[in-house]
Amino acid sequence: MHLLEGQSVSRSFGGLAAVADVSFHVDQGEIVGLIGPNGAGKTTLFNLISASLKPSSGKISFKGRDITHLPAYKICRLGIARTFQTVKTFPNAPVVRNVMVGSLFGKGPRTGAAEALRRAEEALEFVDLLHLKDVPAGDLTLANQKRLEVARALATQPELLLLDELMAGLTATEIAEAMADIQQLRARGITIIMIEHVMQAIMKISDRIVVLDHGRKIAEGTPAEVAQSAKVIEVYLGDEANGDA
Amino acid sequence: MKTSIAIPKKPRRLLAGKETTYLAVMVIAFVILLLVPQMTSGYLLTLLTEILRYIILAVAWVMFSGPTGYMSLATAAFYGIGIYVAAVFSGSVSFPMLIILAGFVGFVIALGVGALTLRLRGVYFAIFTFGLVLLVQSVIQEVERLVTHTRGRFVVTESTLTGYYAMFGVAALTLVVAILIRRSRYGLALQSIGEYEEAAAHSGINVVWTKVLIFALSAVFMAMAGAIIATRRTYIDPGIAFDLNQSFLPVVMAMFGGMGSLLGPVIGAGLFTEIQEQLQTRFSNYFLLIIGLVLILAILFMPNGIVGLVQKAWRKIRGGRRAPA
Repeated sequence: MHLLEGQSVSRSFGGLAAVADVSFHVDQGEIVGLIGPNGAGKTTLFNLISASLKPSSGKISFKGRDITHLPAYKICRLGIARTFQTVKTFPNAPVVRNVMVGSLFGKGPRTGAAEALRRAEEALEFVDLLHLKDVPAGDLTLANQKRLEVARALATQPELLLLDELMAGLTATEIAEAMADIQQLRARGITIIMIEHVMQAIMKISDRIVVLDHGRKIAEGTPAEVAQSAKVIEVYLGDEANGDA
Repeated sequence: MKTSIAIPKKPRRLLAGKETTYLAVMVIAFVILLLVPQMTSGYLLTLLTEILRYIILAVAWVMFSGPTGYMSLATAAFYGIGIYVAAVFSGSVSFPMLIILAGFVGFVIALGVGALTLRLRGVYFAIFTFGLVLLVQSVIQEVERLVTHTRGRFVVTESTLTGYYAMFGVAALTLVVAILIRRSRYGLALQSIGEYEEAAAHSGINVVWTKVLIFALSAVFMAMAGAIIATRRTYIDPGIAFDLNQSFLPVVMAMFGGMGSLLGPVIGAGLFTEIQEQLQTRFSNYFLLIIGLVLILAILFMPNGIVGLVQKAWRKIRGGRRAPA
């Protein structure tokens, strides 16, 4: 049984098929990279998994359980957490209270405030934000807000973590740190699906890559296999002249 | 770039903010209010009852609309429902039962209304809740006309003193519940919903249930205030019970006092009621003009209300600042 499995998942907006007939699976302990050109449907797929959106058709199951029609908060409480492409923190609340939302309402039995605070601080420690815990989240730099989102997601105690363009806009050093963090999360037993445009990072870190284009899955395999796929090269580089990689 | 900050940190209560101090202030205020009837009667007692009534409405309104940012204009609907429940059951049950019954009916109706409307956002929610007042009024009016064949109802009145103590008791209850909510997980959930509803849902918060529950809870106190006021009148009809001003005034008072804390709506309700009384008696011709002017000035120069203004002054004196991160 796969940890997460999607069967012929589709979602269209009006006449546009944002995600069309995509089947996928993720196994426990994997790091799966989700790549594709802009508008390929990567974030839409994340939205479908985390129930920001309902699929037009298809089925998504988590640990063998059908989660297609569950609301977002239940998905989270089952152990699927996510971050957002455009950061969505609670800007006026201090950093630590942002993360406590995750530890108070996430997976696992209901916790008291003391335990929630402890778990929030632990998550902040992991992303190296503990020293800023009393600062309003809106005052953080973009890189730190992204870290904060990871901490909030971690505080929900996820088994599966969806990272949406975590590295976009980060410096080379910050990317290296983020990659180390992701590997450490995997070592803790958290399975990861990540959307990323920073190619050298995602190719290096992923066990498996899924490539989307115009809402369809066009390739899947190890980073080496995907990099050699004629279809992928065509999508990314185009036919000679109009490519922009 | 340096990212360390130098905010001196005191050990904080886990979920609490500065509410402990407010609690102390309120306890002192309440002891005084408890003793007031020993010293005075008549006009002052009536004025204080009026202030307490607005404190209930403003605090109950802030309970839900403050943290979530959902602008509810349904206060008059639930307040009116309380008045009408009291009018219908007056004489058949005791006064305390009347208040509890009104609260219960308010809760149930708000639960239904909330479940239907809290998927609306922003101005749509505000407009719907505004319309709700007129809707409930019309429904009751028609039911009375067609089914019970009554135009209005007579109410068994209670004394000024009983009314005062009842209003005082409900005001205290409203404040205690509001403080408890703010300090609980629901307080954090409501704030998160207000700041980013989508992120709140993806962090495990059942946003729909949380919103509906607190909306309904706030209606309990509005309806209770209505039930008490009904016993201070002798005659009630739907036109009297459902007054749109009761939707707007609590909002204005909460903004006037400041919505960042619970002290804001309390101070706002107190001052605004008193200012209103003074203006109405002294400048009855220019009353609305002056109130409008006061409001404009308040919004221009005190965006965070009186409490916000005081806090700002206090910060200036102490020279504190927000550190960059």
